[in-house]
Amino acid sequence: MECNCFEPQWPADELLMKYQYISDFFIALAYFSIPLELIYFVKKSALFPYRWVLVQFGAFIVLCGATHLINLWTFTMHSRGVEVVMTTAKVLTAVVSCATALMLVHIIPDLLSVKIRELFLKNKAAELDREMGLIRTQEETGRHVRMLTHEIRSTLDRHTILKTTLVELGRTLSLQECALWMPTCTGLELQLSYTLRQQNPVGYTVPIHLPVINKVFSSSHAVKISPNCPVARLRPAGKYIPGEVVAVRVPLLHLSNFQINDWPERYALMVLMLPSDSARQWHIHELELVEVVADQVAVALSHAAILEESMRARDLLMEQNVALDLARREAETAIRARNDFLAVMNHEMRTPMHAIIALSSLLQETELTPEQRLMVETILKSSNLLTTLINDVLDLSRLEDGSLQLDLETFNLYALFREVLNLIKPIASVKKLHVSLNLAPDLPEYAVGDEKRLMQTILNIVGNAVKFSKEGSISITAFVAKSESLRDSQAPEFFPVPSDNHFYLRVQVKDSGSGISPQDIPKLFTKFAQTQSTATRNSGGSGLGLAICKRFVNLMEGHIWIESEGLGKGSTAIFIVKLGIADRLNKSKLPFMSKVSTNHGLTAFPGLKVLVMDENGVSRMVTKGLLVHLGCDVTMVSSSDECLRVVSQEHKVVLMDVCVPGIDGYDIAIRIREKFTKRRERPLLVALTGNTDKVAKENCMRVGMDGVILKPVSLDKMRSILSDLLEHRLLFEAI
Amino acid sequence: MDVVQLQRQLVDYRTSLYHEGFLDEQFTQLQELQDENNPHFVVEVVSLFFEDSERHLNELTTALEQQSVDFRRVDAHVHQLKGSSSSIGAQRVQQVCIAFRNYCEEQNVEGCLECLQQVKHEYSLVKTKLESMFQLEQQILTAGGSIPM
Repeated sequence: MECNCFEPQWPADELLMKYQYISDFFIALAYFSIPLELIYFVKKSALFPYRWVLVQFGAFIVLCGATHLINLWTFTMHSRGVEVVMTTAKVLTAVVSCATALMLVHIIPDLLSVKIRELFLKNKAAELDREMGLIRTQEETGRHVRMLTHEIRSTLDRHTILKTTLVELGRTLSLQECALWMPTCTGLELQLSYTLRQQNPVGYTVPIHLPVINKVFSSSHAVKISPNCPVARLRPAGKYIPGEVVAVRVPLLHLSNFQINDWPERYALMVLMLPSDSARQWHIHELELVEVVADQVAVALSHAAILEESMRARDLLMEQNVALDLARREAETAIRARNDFLAVMNHEMRTPMHAIIALSSLLQETELTPEQRLMVETILKSSNLLTTLINDVLDLSRLEDGSLQLDLETFNLYALFREVLNLIKPIASVKKLHVSLNLAPDLPEYAVGDEKRLMQTILNIVGNAVKFSKEGSISITAFVAKSESLRDSQAPEFFPVPSDNHFYLRVQVKDSGSGISPQDIPKLFTKFAQTQSTATRNSGGSGLGLAICKRFVNLMEGHIWIESEGLGKGSTAIFIVKLGIADRLNKSKLPFMSKVSTNHGLTAFPGLKVLVMDENGVSRMVTKGLLVHLGCDVTMVSSSDECLRVVSQEHKVVLMDVCVPGIDGYDIAIRIREKFTKRRERPLLVALTGNTDKVAKENCMRVGMDGVILKPVSLDKMRSILSDLLEHRLLFEAI
Repeated sequence: MDVVQLQRQLVDYRTSLYHEGFLDEQFTQLQELQDENNPHFVVEVVSLFFEDSERHLNELTTALEQQSVDFRRVDAHVHQLKGSSSSIGAQRVQQVCIAFRNYCEEQNVEGCLECLQQVKHEYSLVKTKLESMFQLEQQILTAGGSIPM
């Protein structure tokens, strides 16, 4: 009988067979588990693109495994079925494996390129990382610059600025050494001023004109320099390799150099050293940082310099202020002392004057021959003028304070000139001088101005003419100045403009006397200055006259000057003053020039109701007598309360004495004003005071008084005051 | 004595008063105010002055005799006296009053006492003079003459 079994190829050797058996088993196990693992991992990673390859691979492995597994049965006698299965398995395995092999040829290049790309990406990532690191470092550095700038700019002290710069730079850039070289005063050398590491740099210098230094100075960038050049040799030479050195210029701006396109003259040098024995190099961004810092330092230094300057200037100004204040106070004290002195002297001078005037008036009342009468009248007029002059000495001090005001009133211009002529004729005839007066026909008869002072001015000038002439003639001309003749080469800044209400009076006094030399002319109008010519030395006079005239003329908005062709050739004094044109209404209220012909019985104010308030019985009675004499209806009260009780609409004027200490006359004024709300009903309030103080006058004005009168009041004064008051409802006598 | 002589005497007397400084221009003003409506004006004012001044002088004497002198009160009286004397033109009295006030401001008792003596002296002088003058005037009037101004 033939069995269809198959025999193995070679005889079964027990041991070898066993080993093969085991090996096949394990191979099969491995082969079956590998696909399982593959499936597991494929499931895990979702992105695996070659799934079907895996399947193929898996099939291949499974079949191989199957083959080996089936082999297990072929070691012993096995049936045909097993053999068939084995054959099938092997065939399939062959097919799949060939297919796989063929496929691999396609996919391995792909796989390889994937790998390459992966490597490339990894490199790129590393590079990006590096660059990020770099940017971050730069960012850090930028932050440091900002902080450094902030530090530098937050202080105005030069040393702090420079020290901070070096410290911060050292820290930011991790420098080994950082130094600043400043130019010396001579400008020929650079001196080591600050360093980072050494506490007290030895002040050693290098000449400024080294080529390396010139190179650094001529460029606005930071320049790499050799570590061996003199400015960089800051450390003792050692066995190390010095790090790279960079130098940059720091412009030192001066105050005057603040133009944008101006190159400053002086630079300082900043030297920065990287740590030695390191491979560090200067990067571009580090150099830029250094340049920026150098500029900032320059600005900060100039700010500090400006601050120093302004502090110095302010201290100087404060000193000057203190000195000025002191000087002002001294000047004020001096003025006060002078005014007090003048006031006292004034009083001393007035007393004898009063005696002269009083006695001359009395003399006039006696029996006199016409000749004597004329003499007495001249004495009176002269003494009146002298009184005016005394007043004006006091005025001069007030002229200089600016507190003098002109007494404007209507007066007869022709009469004024005639009066001057009359006054001067006797003296002139004694000296055998001929005086002529020439008034232009268009000169108005009446004018508005300060008559007393105008007369004083003319008299002074004419008097000078007479004084300084030994022989010959004096001519006085007066006319209305027209525009062409108003401008004079001597006074280019004088621009008189005549208007409807005013005209300019021009007066020329020509004499044939000793004349004035040209260099003396400017001094003429200064106080107390006298010309030195022998002819005039004995003429006396205090030298005040022309100075006072000039001031009066200036007050009258005019101009005065003297022309002379030289010594011995005579001189002409000319002045122009502004006067008001008198209209018809003013002419009727002319006060009289001479005081001798007053009508005692003139009742100018019939029935005028006046209220007099005065604590002092005697002075009350005197005031009442004055007013009664002028025809007023007088009520007397002796206290402020009584005054307030009695005052009514019927009273047109209230005269109150305000120099009593303890009684506030001003208070009454305020209360009376309160009592009468309508200005028409209110009586005019006039203060009587013996106080010549400006303060008193101001107080009166402040409380609303309508007028102030200085005691003692004469009859004529009271009359003119009342008439002024009633006409203008206002009066302020110059105290 | 006849009227003309009396008149001349009066004028001389008056002149001397001015000359010696007892009276000043203010007195002249007073005289101007005297007219037919007010024939005795000057005499009335001067009499009032005498009364007033005597009262003030007494007050001043009392005030300055006190242990602690009230300078304000003293000053007030002196001020009044000054005012009255200046109103009638009693020049010398007025001037002493000015000095008196300065001492009051300085609170100087000795000075004040000295001034008080001076004022009293000047006052009595001017009173005597004025009274003599009025007597002369009265004589002229009784003799039938008129008072020259």
